[in-house]
Amino acid sequence: MSKIMGLSGNEAVAHAMRQINPDVAAVYPITPQTELMHQFAEFHSDGLVDTELVLVESEHSAMSATVGAAAAGARAMTATSANGLALMWEIVYIASSLRLPIVMPVVNRALSGPINIHCDHSDTMGARDSGWIQIFSENGQEAYDNAVMAVKISENKTILLPTMVTLDGFILSHTLERVEILEDNEVKKFIGEYHPETSLLDVDKPSTYGALDLQDYYFEHKRQQFEAMGNVLPVIEQVSKEYGKLSGRDYGLIEKYRVDDAERVIILMGSSVGTAKDTVDDLRNAGEKVGLIKIRVYRPFPYNALREALKHVKALAVLDRAISFGTFGGPVFTDVRAMLFGNGVSLPMMNYIYGLGGRDIDKAQIRLAFDSLKDVVKTGKVKKEVNFLGLRD
Amino acid sequence: MFDYDKYLRLNKLPLIWCAGCGDGIVLKSMLRAIDRIGLSKDEICMVSGIGCSSRLTGYVDFNTLHTTHGRAIAFATGVKMVKPEMTVIVVTGDGDATAIGGNHYIHAARRNIDITVILFNNNIYGMTGGQLSPTTPFGFKASTAPFGSVENTFNISGLAEAAGASFVGRGTVYDAIKLDRMIEKAIRKKGFSVVEVMTPCPTAFGRRNRLGSGADMIKQLKEDSVSIEKASSMTAEELNGKVVTGIFVDKELPEYTANYQKLIEQLQGR
Ligand code: SF4
Repeated sequence: MSKIMGLSGNEAVAHAMRQINPDVAAVYPITPQTELMHQFAEFHSDGLVDTELVLVESEHSAMSATVGAAAAGARAMTATSANGLALMWEIVYIASSLRLPIVMPVVNRALSGPINIHCDHSDTMGARDSGWIQIFSENGQEAYDNAVMAVKISENKTILLPTMVTLDGFILSHTLERVEILEDNEVKKFIGEYHPETSLLDVDKPSTYGALDLQDYYFEHKRQQFEAMGNVLPVIEQVSKEYGKLSGRDYGLIEKYRVDDAERVIILMGSSVGTAKDTVDDLRNAGEKVGLIKIRVYRPFPYNALREALKHVKALAVLDRAISFGTFGGPVFTDVRAMLFGNGVSLPMMNYIYGLGGRDIDKAQIRLAFDSLKDVVKTGKVKKEVNFLGLRD
Repeated sequence: MFDYDKYLRLNKLPLIWCAGCGDGIVLKSMLRAIDRIGLSKDEICMVSGIGCSSRLTGYVDFNTLHTTHGRAIAFATGVKMVKPEMTVIVVTGDGDATAIGGNHYIHAARRNIDITVILFNNNIYGMTGGQLSPTTPFGFKASTAPFGSVENTFNISGLAEAAGASFVGRGTVYDAIKLDRMIEKAIRKKGFSVVEVMTPCPTAFGRRNRLGSGADMIKQLKEDSVSIEKASSMTAEELNGKVVTGIFVDKELPEYTANYQKLIEQLQGR
């Protein structure tokens, strides 16, 4: 039985953490993540969790403490945003290299400078090659669900990789929504107990973590990480199915919205998907054949699912809430294009960068993206690949 | 009437600081000190990190650099190395300079680089909503310590003193006139200088600990302040909960950029 509550995205994820009841959580404030850990600290003070809460002095220490705890066999968590994630950087890579199944909510925020505290995806985009699984959330409900599922995904014996569960700063983190949360014991049962096969302090089976690994075996270890990442997508689908049985919400890797007979499609991630769905409905009501695809799992990239979904599409626009300097478009655009190229799908594609630093995105802007695809359908050609939405000239 | 306007970016006002916040008092004190020294606006580079106090660099019409959490002193070190003739002032807080940026704080003091640090100590992370900082007193509440802190605190001035700073003083926003003089001395000093200013945060610290309004907290600062001279004849027990104010260190010590320049000249055989 689930319970319906009015929760902000931060609170929803804090509830997920309460139910996950990690052994260790490291806490350091950064806007807009701060309230998430406040809420969790309150649960901790009220005796609702058994967690050891460590109030550290920086995000570098937060991730270090989390890695230390996870290596010692604990279920360990922390949460952050933007510059906090940037400060964690060296340990972000170490967490995945040591194969520690840490789950970290990241409340997406622009990565300075100039200083900006509002939403875009530039923070987690930087970590897309770090060996973490990355799952994006459309709303508070998904952020909650993703956090719970992430534990089971990360801890899967064929994976053992950390996961970032992202939610858009302020837009989701600070907005009150209707959120269904599961019963505490349902979550407890769903994620199960964590019994790592190796850990520090296991005197019967001593192990070492993070030892020097040079030309001799480093390369093989990277290969192992690569293979583990390769195991992730089917596991996410499996976990999602099980979660669907429990909650009624089975998300899969991507969500297709009115795509089946669509000629023009956009791809995007995060909170703006809601606005985009409304836009699709408006255009559909006017008889236009449009649809959208939401990427939920960004790392590993859901190649097959996307390729399959796009087969019949005539023109595509990818909306990126991050910019990648020096390439030919935003990170999602680059990935989608690389995925299509050489796989027999020849699909004209446009890229729209939008919403950097919290710039609002509305239906008119999304409509503009759909409208510009009309010409692409007609001519089969893209005049300008990389474009901006909602930007002053 | 002192003309503050000439030092301010008036189009950036009003300040974001809460009513009753002590930060504005420190800002004005700093401007008066700068004015007394007679520095031109172009001679000053003001660097800040992240936090309520660090927002100050947005309001003043000097060369300003607003940086990342905890790193203001590191950025300022770079500025000073390239422009040793400039007056480099860092504006920071207890969380910024002694938690996430604690390393830079002690190492700049150890090097004794000619930077003046105005450290707003309000015993809390104000901007992010009242998290425990390294100066939240034992037993006091913070949003991440709702039942009171069980951690010991840093003596911020003591840290700088032990690490080798040329000038270390602690003042309060109650004694703003004394603060002017202290900041003036600190800026004039060739070497690493710290002025730790005790300033109230009624919003994120006072409210949670039932310390009253900003004005109440400033009055309390007055009650709790003890001069160094007076403190020297008090027992540790009597000093418990007191704020010792005054100049702890004021020494002539070799300064880093000057030493560096000397080395360059020596190696170039000049
Ligand atoms: S939160 Fe505290 S320190 Fe920040 S502006 Fe308000 S009163 Fe001042």
